[in-house]
Amino acid sequence: MTPIVPSFDDEAGEGRKLAIICSKGNLDMAYPALVLGNAALGEGIEVHLFFTFWGFDMIAKKRMHDLKFSPVGNTAMHMPIGDVRVPQALAPVPGMQAMATSMMKKQIADLGIPEVPEFLDQIVAAGGHLWACRMSADMNKFTDSDLRDDVEGIISATDFIEMTEGAQLLFI
Amino acid sequence: MPVTTIAGRDVHVDDEGFLTDPSEWDRELAAALAEAIGIEMTAEHWKIVEFLRADFATEGETATTRRVQAVGGFPVKQQFELFPKKPAKKMAYIAGLPKPRGCV
Repeated sequence: MTPIVPSFDDEAGEGRKLAIICSKGNLDMAYPALVLGNAALGEGIEVHLFFTFWGFDMIAKKRMHDLKFSPVGNTAMHMPIGDVRVPQALAPVPGMQAMATSMMKKQIADLGIPEVPEFLDQIVAAGGHLWACRMSADMNKFTDSDLRDDVEGIISATDFIEMTEGAQLLFI
Repeated sequence: MPVTTIAGRDVHVDDEGFLTDPSEWDRELAAALAEAIGIEMTAEHWKIVEFLRADFATEGETATTRRVQAVGGFPVKQQFELFPKKPAKKMAYIAGLPKPRGCV
């Protein structure tokens, strides 16, 4: 009888590609792309992350260590205890954003999940590709030297469309 | 639960083929499991597999690639080189453990 051996389908997955457009610079909007991109790499899928608009903060050397999470405009935001929602009138109060950010960072760290820059290190180590948006770079007056060294290039929208032919796309 | 024969002995596995009883595992079986998925074990492979076994024994969960790097000290890049394409699943399979449950 043939032994039961998992089929890791190395060939069947050949050619599957995932492209994720990261357009947000909030701490809570940075993680979905990182978690999914990392998971896809672990399944042997080719992954491209394209950073545009505020997503640029994830790869900008001066900004990537300082992403924030704000309760402003987030009606699902809860108080640290119980299921009490944060009243929206309190959300913009000074100190609220700092508190919410540090709470979220702690919850993420408690799960053993790295901070954004280190998470991107891991994604690159796993074979992921990082790309920066030409227009966002021009708007910010950024060049290659302002971005993580492992960003493979500052590319145009057309370059991105060409590069991701046949890919599955996620816009975050 | 299916029983399958690997390296001349019967072991309990789940529907995919992952071992379900960690006590049925030993190095001889691990080498056969590795061979079945096209991996030839080297000293570097063994170090990672042994870390996974030890970590599972204390944590009760299979380490993710992240944990194998952060706690075990084996860089993600090396994991991908040694267990190509799907390191987390392949490492778990050879170590006779369930697939990792964690997202990262």
